[in-house]
Amino acid sequence: MSEYTFTPYNVIRGDWCIMEKMVSAKDRLLKSGNNRMDGELRGKILVILCAVIMISATIAITIFLGTKGLQSFIKNGVSLIEFITSTNWNPTNQAKPEYGTLPFIFGSFAVTFLSALVAAPLGIGGAIFMTEIAPSWGRNILQPVIELLVGIPSVVYGFIGLSVLVPFIRENVGGLGFSLLSGTIVLSVMILPTVTTIATDSMSSLPKTLREGSYALGATRWQTIRKVLIPAALPTLLTAIVLGMARAFGEALAVQMVIGNVKDLPSSLLDASATLTTIITLNMGHTTYGSVENNTLWSMGLILLVMSFAFILLIRYLSSRRKM
Amino acid sequence: MVTATKERPVESKTVPSNRNQTILNVKNLEIFYGEKRAVNGISMAIEKNSVTALIGPSGCGKSTFLRSINRMNDLIPGARAEGEIIYEDLNILSEQINVVALRKEIGMVFQKPNPFPKSIYENITHALKFAGIKKKSELDKVVEESLQKAALWEEVKDRLYKSALSLSGGQQQRLCIARTIAMKPTVMLLDEPSSALDPISNGKVEDLIVELKKDYSIIIVTHNMQQASRISDKTAFFLSGDIIEYDLTEKIFTNPSMKKTEEYISGRFG
Amino acid sequence: MNSKSADRIASGIFYLIALIIILILVGLFYYILFNGLKNISLHFLTAPSSNIMAGGGIRDQLFNSFYVLFITMLIAVPLGIGGGIYMAEYAKPGKVTDIIRSCVEVLASLPSIVIGMFGLLMFVNLTGWGYTILGGALALTVFNLPVIVRVSEDAIRSVPRELKEASLALGITHWHTIKTVILPSAFPSILTGIILASGRVFGEAAALIFTAGLSTPRLDYANWNPFSATSPLNIFRPAETLAVHIWSVNTQGLIPDVEEVSSGAAAVLIISVLIFNLLARWIGSMIHRKITATK
Repeated sequence: MSEYTFTPYNVIRGDWCIMEKMVSAKDRLLKSGNNRMDGELRGKILVILCAVIMISATIAITIFLGTKGLQSFIKNGVSLIEFITSTNWNPTNQAKPEYGTLPFIFGSFAVTFLSALVAAPLGIGGAIFMTEIAPSWGRNILQPVIELLVGIPSVVYGFIGLSVLVPFIRENVGGLGFSLLSGTIVLSVMILPTVTTIATDSMSSLPKTLREGSYALGATRWQTIRKVLIPAALPTLLTAIVLGMARAFGEALAVQMVIGNVKDLPSSLLDASATLTTIITLNMGHTTYGSVENNTLWSMGLILLVMSFAFILLIRYLSSRRKM
Repeated sequence: MVTATKERPVESKTVPSNRNQTILNVKNLEIFYGEKRAVNGISMAIEKNSVTALIGPSGCGKSTFLRSINRMNDLIPGARAEGEIIYEDLNILSEQINVVALRKEIGMVFQKPNPFPKSIYENITHALKFAGIKKKSELDKVVEESLQKAALWEEVKDRLYKSALSLSGGQQQRLCIARTIAMKPTVMLLDEPSSALDPISNGKVEDLIVELKKDYSIIIVTHNMQQASRISDKTAFFLSGDIIEYDLTEKIFTNPSMKKTEEYISGRFG
Repeated sequence: MNSKSADRIASGIFYLIALIIILILVGLFYYILFNGLKNISLHFLTAPSSNIMAGGGIRDQLFNSFYVLFITMLIAVPLGIGGGIYMAEYAKPGKVTDIIRSCVEVLASLPSIVIGMFGLLMFVNLTGWGYTILGGALALTVFNLPVIVRVSEDAIRSVPRELKEASLALGITHWHTIKTVILPSAFPSILTGIILASGRVFGEAAALIFTAGLSTPRLDYANWNPFSATSPLNIFRPAETLAVHIWSVNTQGLIPDVEEVSSGAAAVLIISVLIFNLLARWIGSMIHRKITATK
């Protein structure tokens, strides 16, 4: 069905492709229904559909989780202020149910910041090792190591934390073992690859002239790193840390297995605690869908969603500052 | 030196030919990239069954002009053309034109040989199959014919199913010419076809072009003035988006009318 | 302290940091493999799991992990490649494209538990399906899509422009060019990306706890009818995967040999992820060699 058909050997012209030139130029060249454009249209529609699905998925997630998360405030009359600021979590108390999630919010932020505190120097240090201290062979060793660390699933981290870290802390440091400390350590190891990878990209994309200029002035390697390279890479290094924090904030299972999951505000690193993610994980299964307690879990999920957006905006802000 | 002293057969003035028939008529063509104007209202008539060379320094609009003839500029966001290019009584710049059909009749060979990472045979049949030719016997026929016309058949007939990437640069370029020929175009646009090739391959491609003009109308963009003078019938000298001079090749290279042409020819700039 | 000694101390610290990182990895792997491998036996891999008694295996969970992965990729790969084709070949710079990119960015940064909650809302409750493989696969698709889109888009963009132009100049339509010239060229990179993504999906648990569930019905492995209730191929059944199983025996379970089962399962998980990674590398380099070494 194309306008380009070969005829059998044409005796008159001793040639075999004259047919199509007999078709007028207008029929050949102008757009019309029977040109081969419908395959084109089909393909275009197919891929546009995929793009539309992606947009719809994002919008659907936001709307559905948003509406469901707001149920406890709108339908059940839970006070937003109490939700965010009260430290008493007692949703099952018949007489006076309390819905203060501050302990969990605190727990989430605490493990996030603490693990960033640990992972940042390690990650940036690893990056500097790969790019400055041992540029020829450092990457060949550390890069696969980092990639392997990324590949370990979070449940496995949680399991190892549970069977190795928790008893270790209980016996050698104190407390129950299930603690903020355990959660922090597990998370630090989990976000280390993220921080290291981005920090490495950051350090290696610094222009060579920066280093050369510093060395030419007689600075030592450490002075160059400290005074020239790190300040220059700072915006991206911050991005690396923020990305690590975003990952830590949203981690559920690994933390849940080691943190103890108590509803009280922790007063020390060795106290057990809980985070938004761990409470959701624990309780979603055995609360009835539609009940107040269940709705509050969805509200906590909404807080997680909002924090994800906040992290994205923060990262965008940091990236745009770098461009100046 | 392979080509400098080789004689080109001179067109006999007594034999009637299709020459002096216009195959493409360009009228006031302007081409913009966004706000920037790359071609400033040029007009020229391309003769049928001839080789027309476009010469000029880099960035003066030759390739842009060439690419507008087969609407390849459509690929560049922000590019737009105004004016007319008349082919077979139709303005091919019009929105009504089915560019896919147009490109079967106006073929293009690019500067860097770009064969598909498939076998030699498949390189040629790829577009043929899309055009609707499915029978193996017909495909074989066209493959052999096109490779013969591109002066490549003898060299590859025993390894048609090997990868096209195993050919040398010059052979790859002749393959690209072969696959364009397979579509039986009327016009062939060559964008510096041998600038990426060694001198011997260059010579073979040039010989090929002179042969091809019997059946096709050829427009070639080239930086190599010697090449233009060797193989073309008419030459247009481009400068900063304008055609400074367009005349018989002999005249341009021996007795140009415009001063700028003369300066370029003698290498004073560009 | 002069700058020379400061430099030396600093270098020492950096070496130490690198060492710490390596030790962490070695320690983790040693623990998993050393403890886990001795618990893996043919019995372990082929026996059904137990919720209360010792001696349970991971047969169903292992199958579920692979099957959920398979169904997820069945959905996510065409969608992702389609999205990648759109971004690389059809999207015009402008507001709409920016919106799509932002959406992909958002999807990529959502914590997996949030995606699990969305899955619970949509694919378990709203549709009334309950815990199903399909629900889990759809949730994991959301999780996976950004990666595949990004990989596809990058792969398509790195196909040389000359190839595309060559095809178009011969009078071939854009879509046909994509199908027959661009995609085949981009395929190796896309495949590598998919295999790497598979590794991540295989180990994912948080998104599946609330969508595919924590249990598996009794399965008859001889029954290949996907519509039957006892067939393992039925996608409308709950399916606890290996990763979820590790979590549930450690937090919800009552089995006495929790350590053994968990470490064995963890070892299987890690080895599978390793195999995925190695496979991706190997295929990538093999195809790369095939394409560039055609001389």
